[in-house]
Amino acid sequence: MTDFLLIMVTGLGLGALYFLAASGLSIIYGLMGVLNFAHGAFMMAGSYAGWLTMSNLPSGLSVATRLLVAVVVAIAVGAVIGLLVEVVLIRPLYRHHIQQVLVTVGLSLASVAAAQGIWGADPRTVEKPEWMGGTTVVLGARLPNDRFVFILVALAVFLGLLALLHYTRLGLIIRAGVENRTMVEALGINVHSTFTIVFALGGAAAALAGLLYSQYAGTVSPAQGGSLLIYAFIVVVIGGMGSLVGTAVAAVAVGLVQQLANFYAASGVGDLSVVLLLALVLLLRPTSLKGAHA
Amino acid sequence: MTDMTTATGQGSAPPPGDGPVLAVEDLHVRYGGSHVLQGVSFEVPATGVTALLGRNGVGKTTTLKAIIGLAPRTGRISLRGKDIQGDATPRIIRAGIGYVPEDREVFGGLTVDENLRLVDPDQGVNAPIVGRLFPDLVSRGKQRAGTLSGGQQQMVSLARVLLRETSVLLIDEPTKGLAPKLVTEVADVLAEIAQRTPILLVEQNLPLVRRIADTVVVLDAGQVVHRGGAAELVADQELTRELLGVSMRRDGAA
Repeated sequence: MTDFLLIMVTGLGLGALYFLAASGLSIIYGLMGVLNFAHGAFMMAGSYAGWLTMSNLPSGLSVATRLLVAVVVAIAVGAVIGLLVEVVLIRPLYRHHIQQVLVTVGLSLASVAAAQGIWGADPRTVEKPEWMGGTTVVLGARLPNDRFVFILVALAVFLGLLALLHYTRLGLIIRAGVENRTMVEALGINVHSTFTIVFALGGAAAALAGLLYSQYAGTVSPAQGGSLLIYAFIVVVIGGMGSLVGTAVAAVAVGLVQQLANFYAASGVGDLSVVLLLALVLLLRPTSLKGAHA
Repeated sequence: MTDMTTATGQGSAPPPGDGPVLAVEDLHVRYGGSHVLQGVSFEVPATGVTALLGRNGVGKTTTLKAIIGLAPRTGRISLRGKDIQGDATPRIIRAGIGYVPEDREVFGGLTVDENLRLVDPDQGVNAPIVGRLFPDLVSRGKQRAGTLSGGQQQMVSLARVLLRETSVLLIDEPTKGLAPKLVTEVADVLAEIAQRTPILLVEQNLPLVRRIADTVVVLDAGQVVHRGGAAELVADQELTRELLGVSMRRDGAA
């Protein structure tokens, strides 16, 4: 029972990171049809922005305070990078899907190379607040505290995005655009400004995911974003491109399946089981868990 | 926020002078290797209904899409004397064109009210014109548009374009697939709208064309092959058979 509880919480914590990584990817694809391979670069930018902020703030400040500032900086950096990528690289290639893939793949490769050139390929240790590195005993199980943080942050982002989608004009345009972008334009609504905002939001969520993932791993490295991106893509395919709720459900499912398989089968089987889950969903529900509704 | 003095609502916005509200000149559309529209030219008068007719596949829908920039086109299109062919779709729409597409294209996952609030963020289903022309929609504000019947979806699609001030409406086969009773209802609404806002109407239903259209433009193989009065064309059985492949029987059915 204690093992099971531990697996559930660590699985949910992992699922929370996957959700943060995948949410922007999903809405960007659902609304704009852009398969953003540069999303991993956004995550890497977040983790490095966080690491640099924490190392450059006065060491007199507590680790937790520096982490909070780092979160704000990472979110801002992610949003600005997302905005710039949309305006400079994606907008001229609107409706040219192959070129978009080439540009975003190129950006992701270039950014990894740049990070390696500047900070080296080796992982760098990140500081972790003492409490986050500790555990809390619940029903006899020693549960890592950082997972609770991941789960709460992801829940807050999920609820925030849901509120944005359902209670704001921007959200209304996004939901309509995910269904039928052409018709939104045929009603006189300029969806391009919406695209820019969605890219900035996606960049911010990705950067937050990157920073939290570096807390999870205890290090930052140039390849981190890319490995998280693979899971984000699996989550988005299972959950349905453009569906926020589907993305959340799929992220939790992937996180749980991975942890359960790693624990009850053998270490390393988790990754394989995630791919099997993907194959299963594609076989049984080729249209993914949810339709295309945001 | 758009001005709520809709052309069909509290006030109308007639185009200056007596010129056409919409003029299409030498319009060409090419999709891949096929030349769908081959130099289409016609005008939509500032009043009444202009019916755009022709057999299936002659380019009627493409013409409407090309006017608002949803199809790649060359040629000249002017709205109230101002060229719009260089503008992007949202700008053309906001310049005063309302577009009701074939197959309605309501947002099925959104409620009726949300569909309308996309155009009118403040009033949505509570806009006076919705209550006056589409009372059935008012009580269905919270219903997902995807669960409505075809006729109700058509009403949503029509209501959407009436919430903004427009100079001309482009309406593509509004009665397609509707039961006869609903066809009559839609025709009544169109007739009422047309009293205040000119309409360019794509329609296959000849009795409907005879009832509400004033002028007709007939397309064949991507070109205009006939322009004239609606009543004259529909009355001329030989001509309708030649141009459209159908004719009205004496009892009025197509």
